[in-house]
Amino acid sequence: MATLTMSRPPFGGFSFENCKRNATLEGETSKLGFSLPAARKTGTTICGVVFKDGVVLGADTRATEGMVVADKNCSKIHYISPNIYCCGAGTAADTEMTTQIISSNLELHSLSTGRLPRVATANRMLKQMLFRYQGYIGAALVLGGVDCNGPHLYSIYPHGSTDKLPYVTMGSGSLAAMAVFEDRYKPNMEEEEAKRLVRDAIAAGIFNDLGSGSNIDLCVITKGNVDYIRPHDEANKKGVRLNELEALQLTGDYKYKRGTTAVLTKAISPLDLEVVEESVQTMDTS
Amino acid sequence: MNSRGLRSQLKDSVPVAGLCPQGAYGVQDSLRSGFTSVKNELLPSHPLELSEKNLQLNQDKMNFSTLRNIQGLHAPLKLQMEYRAARQIQRLPFLRSSNLALDTLRGSDESIGFEDILNDPAQSEVMGEPHMMVEYKLGLL
Repeated sequence: MATLTMSRPPFGGFSFENCKRNATLEGETSKLGFSLPAARKTGTTICGVVFKDGVVLGADTRATEGMVVADKNCSKIHYISPNIYCCGAGTAADTEMTTQIISSNLELHSLSTGRLPRVATANRMLKQMLFRYQGYIGAALVLGGVDCNGPHLYSIYPHGSTDKLPYVTMGSGSLAAMAVFEDRYKPNMEEEEAKRLVRDAIAAGIFNDLGSGSNIDLCVITKGNVDYIRPHDEANKKGVRLNELEALQLTGDYKYKRGTTAVLTKAISPLDLEVVEESVQTMDTS
Repeated sequence: MNSRGLRSQLKDSVPVAGLCPQGAYGVQDSLRSGFTSVKNELLPSHPLELSEKNLQLNQDKMNFSTLRNIQGLHAPLKLQMEYRAARQIQRLPFLRSSNLALDTLRGSDESIGFEDILNDPAQSEVMGEPHMMVEYKLGLL
């Protein structure tokens, strides 16, 4: 006879029920030589720069799943509040869920205070949440916005540490982008100059890092105005190879003209087909 | 936030399995909890499991001790009295209660976390057997 058990009230949040089973499965499959499917990451280049009136955030648009490109045009610049946007690198699901949760919390907070939210608030909320999960949430973020105290830019690492800097880069292409920044950054730039700088930094990441690619998205945040430019620059168009020197389009084509191969003989025999029956069926479009 | 490290939590709050395993019908639920072994019983299945289970408790302890240091003993005492009162406002044992008063006291009615999105208890597919839950609550079981 089955024993009667009393079920505990279920808790919300993460359930660690299947962890042991997953660990056993992973051990077994690795003995056989297979590997479990990898989570979709955004091996990425994201960066941000503070200029005279605000902040410019930039990101590439490639999402990878192991060694395969999962999404050629994904959007990595997430909305947090009308004056704050956040770029995310790392595990794609983690960055999306984290930024959505923080965006909801900031909205509730700003409704409760009655003021426009500050970038420092978003930063504090993000770092406390990421530290609580001890780095298991793989989200590396570049948070930027303009509030009553001016423009601010933060970089947030998966374990919960943050840096407040005038220019930051994150992701697998961060070194390439940082090289461009270190060379050409000046304080108090104009908007066009800042946009060009960010575009070049992301392009460096796209062309020199396997995990980044496709287009360049930009987000320019100034006091009272946000310009979400998607795409700002299509650096890699599919099927088009640009020759930089001549600016011509050289496409490889596997279709050959008629007459490339010489014709020896030609014989045409028409097929006579008899129409046996013709019936019309109306579609039921109700 | 955790002011104590994870290692100390491991020593203090080890759940002893006892004689009756957790699965239904008293048999070890291999699909969810893995194979039976002493190591499996003692160690948590994920490093975050312990810290998440004790999170609310630890946060409250930290807040109360800070409050005691700043405002004196009366502040946490009064608050704990209110918490105790709010915790008693529940529905019947087998139904989910919203804990609205408790949430308001804690301040978590103005924030959203993973516990509101994932594994929402209001949408769980299993429910405790009503008669048994009531008997357990009244101590008749």
